[in-house]
Amino acid sequence: MNSKTYPYLLIAPSILFLLAFFIYPFIEVFLQAFTTSDGELGLANFDTIFNDFNFLPSLSNTLILALVVVPTQLCMAVGMSLMISKMKKGRDTVLYIWTIPLGISDLAAGIVWLALLDQNGFLNSFLFSVGIIDGPESWLNYNNPVAIFAAIVFAEIWRATAILLVIIVSGIGLIPKEYYEAAEIFGANAWVRLWKVTLPLLRPSLQTALILRTLLAFEVFAVVMLLGGTNMPVLMGEAFNWAFEYRDAGAAAAYAVVILGLSIVFTLFYLKVLHVPKEAQV
Amino acid sequence: MSQFEQDALLEKEMLAANKRKKAWRWLFISGTAFMVSWIVFPIYLLVVSALSSAEVVNGWPKAFVPEFDMETMAFFMNYYGVLDALKNSLIAAVFTMVISIGLGTPAGYALARFEFRGKNTFRLLILLTRAFPMPLLALPLAVIFINIGLDDTLFGLSLVHAALALPFAVLITSSLFMGIPVELEEAAWVLGCNRWQAFVKVVMPLALPGLTASAVFAFVISWNEVFAAAVLTINNQTLTAFLVQSLSSSPAEVKFAGGLILIVPAILFLFVVRKYLFSMWGIANR
Repeated sequence: MNSKTYPYLLIAPSILFLLAFFIYPFIEVFLQAFTTSDGELGLANFDTIFNDFNFLPSLSNTLILALVVVPTQLCMAVGMSLMISKMKKGRDTVLYIWTIPLGISDLAAGIVWLALLDQNGFLNSFLFSVGIIDGPESWLNYNNPVAIFAAIVFAEIWRATAILLVIIVSGIGLIPKEYYEAAEIFGANAWVRLWKVTLPLLRPSLQTALILRTLLAFEVFAVVMLLGGTNMPVLMGEAFNWAFEYRDAGAAAAYAVVILGLSIVFTLFYLKVLHVPKEAQV
Repeated sequence: MSQFEQDALLEKEMLAANKRKKAWRWLFISGTAFMVSWIVFPIYLLVVSALSSAEVVNGWPKAFVPEFDMETMAFFMNYYGVLDALKNSLIAAVFTMVISIGLGTPAGYALARFEFRGKNTFRLLILLTRAFPMPLLALPLAVIFINIGLDDTLFGLSLVHAALALPFAVLITSSLFMGIPVELEEAAWVLGCNRWQAFVKVVMPLALPGLTASAVFAFVISWNEVFAAAVLTINNQTLTAFLVQSLSSSPAEVKFAGGLILIVPAILFLFVVRKYLFSMWGIANR
């Protein structure tokens, strides 16, 4: 055995594993989605889900949620990263605390916010104690779609800003200090430096961060189930219902294909909009 | 203008600048404090809920200080199915850890130490997994698993979780091995070790903390994963699957205590691996 075969032996297990549990199911999900119940190729599964009254609401809820949450989180993460880069004392402690939500699943995050926003929750207790409301009031019910939406937005922002923060902080770390010094010598103030130095050089990181975060936003599931229940359908929740409650693997696969399609469209969009030529990278 | 007037003017300017600086500093510190409490306060309130008596959990209005009453936690632990679910979560997470580290470490080593044809393709395959909503793949796998007898097993579930964790394991370990000078290995070869011995005796001890970190990371990924777990397990539910599937039927105590049990190990583990968080995202930019 010569050293030429070593690397292939070392990566072979990973490749086989990814072929079996990434590539193969990926193909299979399309096959299942386009196969009708009598085993023929067809669009029956898509007919089923498109004609389901929950499809359009779940599609628009998922998209609107992503459109509200992701840009907000991006601004917050950039702001927080800039604060981190200015910190001297306590930088590591603050960074650790800000990244805690990285370890918190969307299920746990939903439970946390349920404790706050529930009928008997802390928010109502607080409003009661300062005299704004007279007793337990239920915000998260079907009369209040806006409140449910807002609750989910808060929970998502709370939970998933950390992933953007980590990527952007490490991206800012890659920008050479000399660029800032040069900009300062030419009289650029902090605001100009942010727009002319930091953000343009941060584009690769922003791209990674946005792709990852947007895909995660399309996968939103447990938070919505906890805070919205059946009052706010989302794509992933519908996929779960079709697979688990209605036992219709084909329709669930069709939902999966819709989510995959959205993910691919948005990934390509970010790759195009935030394209960084190789020679322009730091 | 006399010297004295000039001095006075200068002093005034410096005072003003100082004041502005102080104002900025104050704003900066309060902003940081606000964001810290934005993260910590909701977790604190969950702790308050989980460490209260049943009467308080379902009562009104809520107090903002914990009673340190174990009734809710005890109720949760005795709730039908919880202990099994906890055990299942642990088993699935350990399986995930073993699979993703066992497969990922050699691949990471190959990426760090060898130049070979197809290296970039392999790297692309690894990165590609992150441009897809991986938990969705549990849906076709649920059907496939029924055919091969892996349905409703923790092993089947941890295979899916390992597919989630493997790319991270490869990326973390490869950056880890790149940080260990190849000269150390070469010295071991010169002294008569073969490649494997050199790896075990020289590289492994140096890489161990980082390997632990990526193992911990794989553990957390599996521990936290909801969708695949809920789709793939029915009788052998993990804790996340159990909580999701019994949302409408389980009492508030179970939710809050379950939430706390989910969060605590994740926070502790993240604390252990915090040094490595950046090495794994840093290279993702490239």
